[in-house]
Amino acid sequence: MSAVQIDGLHKSFGTLEVLKGIDATVESGEVVCVIGPSGSGKSTLLRCVNLLEQPNSGKIVVNGVEITDRDCDIDAARRRVGMVFQQFNLFQHLTVLDNLTIAQRKVLKRDKAEAQRVAIENLEKVGVADKAKSYPAQLSGGQQQRVAIARALSMGPEVMLFDEPTSALDPELVGEVLGVMRRLADEGMTMLVVTHEMQFAREVADKVLFMDGGVVVEQGPPSQVIAAPQQERTKTFLARVLDPISRSE
Amino acid sequence: MSHGQEVGPVTRARLSPRKRQQVSRGVQYAIFAAAVLFIALSADWKAVVENFADLDVAKEAFPELITIALKNTVIYTLSAYVVGFILGLVVALARLSSIAVYRGFALAYIEVFRGLPALVVFLIFGFGLPVAFPGLKFPFDQYGTVAVALGLVASAYMAETFRAGIQAVPRGQMEAARSLGMSHTRAMVSIVIPQALRIVIPPLTNELILLFKDSSLVFVLGVTSLTTELSKFGGDLATEYADSTPLILAGAAYLVITLPLGYVVRRLEAQQQKAR
Ligand SMILES: Nc1ncnc2c1ncn2[C@@H]1O[C@H](COP(=O)(O)OP(=O)(O)OP(=O)(O)O)[C@@H](O)[C@H]1O
Ligand SMILES: [Mg+2]
Repeated sequence: MSAVQIDGLHKSFGTLEVLKGIDATVESGEVVCVIGPSGSGKSTLLRCVNLLEQPNSGKIVVNGVEITDRDCDIDAARRRVGMVFQQFNLFQHLTVLDNLTIAQRKVLKRDKAEAQRVAIENLEKVGVADKAKSYPAQLSGGQQQRVAIARALSMGPEVMLFDEPTSALDPELVGEVLGVMRRLADEGMTMLVVTHEMQFAREVADKVLFMDGGVVVEQGPPSQVIAAPQQERTKTFLARVLDPISRSE
Repeated sequence: MSHGQEVGPVTRARLSPRKRQQVSRGVQYAIFAAAVLFIALSADWKAVVENFADLDVAKEAFPELITIALKNTVIYTLSAYVVGFILGLVVALARLSSIAVYRGFALAYIEVFRGLPALVVFLIFGFGLPVAFPGLKFPFDQYGTVAVALGLVASAYMAETFRAGIQAVPRGQMEAARSLGMSHTRAMVSIVIPQALRIVIPPLTNELILLFKDSSLVFVLGVTSLTTELSKFGGDLATEYADSTPLILAGAAYLVITLPLGYVVRRLEAQQQKAR
């Protein structure tokens, strides 16, 4: 059984059709990277898997549970899927520790001691346990994003979604976040990652999806999609991303 | 700024922009000094002192000015503030609700109470309601009536402030909370509203200052010597002694409260400016 199965997913904002029938699967323990030009619908695809956007049609099944089913409990479905945002979205009014415990306590009803134990464990995993008492604004971008990852992990998700987790970071901070994600992948976490980090996709991904104009143009192992793309649109995109001079269009 | 720069090159031939600024400032100071001098020379200082700072009359005002009038003003204001705060928050949430009926109701509520002069609301509470509903009684008598009437006036402004505060919390905060499995209500209570409250502390403190002043309208409900407040108290004494000193004292009592509050607001605003 696949961890995530997406069938015929359509999503429109008003008259603008952003996803035009997406089919994709993420097997359990697999890392799937989504690449593609700006506006191609990558974020929207991820947000649909977390039901932050309601699909217009199509089916999304997470570990056997159809979350697009009308009778499905949305909050329960989201609990099983962790999400990491480009802008971190840490709760600004809470300490790092409270950022990690609040949902455990209010949603999973864990007691304080247990929630803190899980929180510290995850903070240690991403290497920011010493910042537990700090507020998000006192942290660097890289630290904030690692806290955001730890926060999602504290809920014990079955799948982790990453939406350009390093795009808002200064270049020298990108490595520490990718390092954490790489370790997570090694531990067998199922991950769906939107990224522009081709190096990461090449080395860590089991599968790469290239999206353009609301459809999956090409998919397969990175050795195929990134190293030897078949489609013209994929080639053009990769040429632009990989060649730093024409990158600025 | 950019305006000055546009004009700059044209006039630079005669006077540099910096020089012109100096001249303009000098003229403004001169006007101010002339005005002060004119007032000081034309006033009848003896009459002024007698009418506004008569010590014998001032003695008559104490201690009731503090023990009754100021105390009641504070009670009226704070109780109304609490009512306004709670109502305002509820109305703001209704205003942002996904249910159209709530939104419509909240909008109508805000428009009506924001548009009505506080005096009219008080008159309705003082004369309209007792006639329309003879059996109607607010708890704590006068105090309850004031808390509700003044609270309603405050709640419309506070609702708009809360709404702005809630909308100023980045969308990502709600999305992150939802992505962790929190319900919409839970995310509002635990994540969005606490952050919104911080944002609206300065404007809400301003509202407290306004409310202090609006509490002077209590007189239209008719007050006794025990339920009187600063303005009415000062006004009554001033009439009694045909002297304005009690009014000056009452005014000073307002300022004792509102000036520190104003200072707090400025500090908080400066802090928030820096945090950004
Ligand atoms: N809430 C929304 N309302 C209206 N249009 C939207 C909304 N969200 C996204 N869109 C539009 O949908 C299209 C796809 O957006 P999406 O964010 O999924 O692209 P993306 O592939 O993630 O791009 P990027 O690389 O810039 O993040 C864009 O044209 C965008 O303007
Ligand atoms: Mg995006």
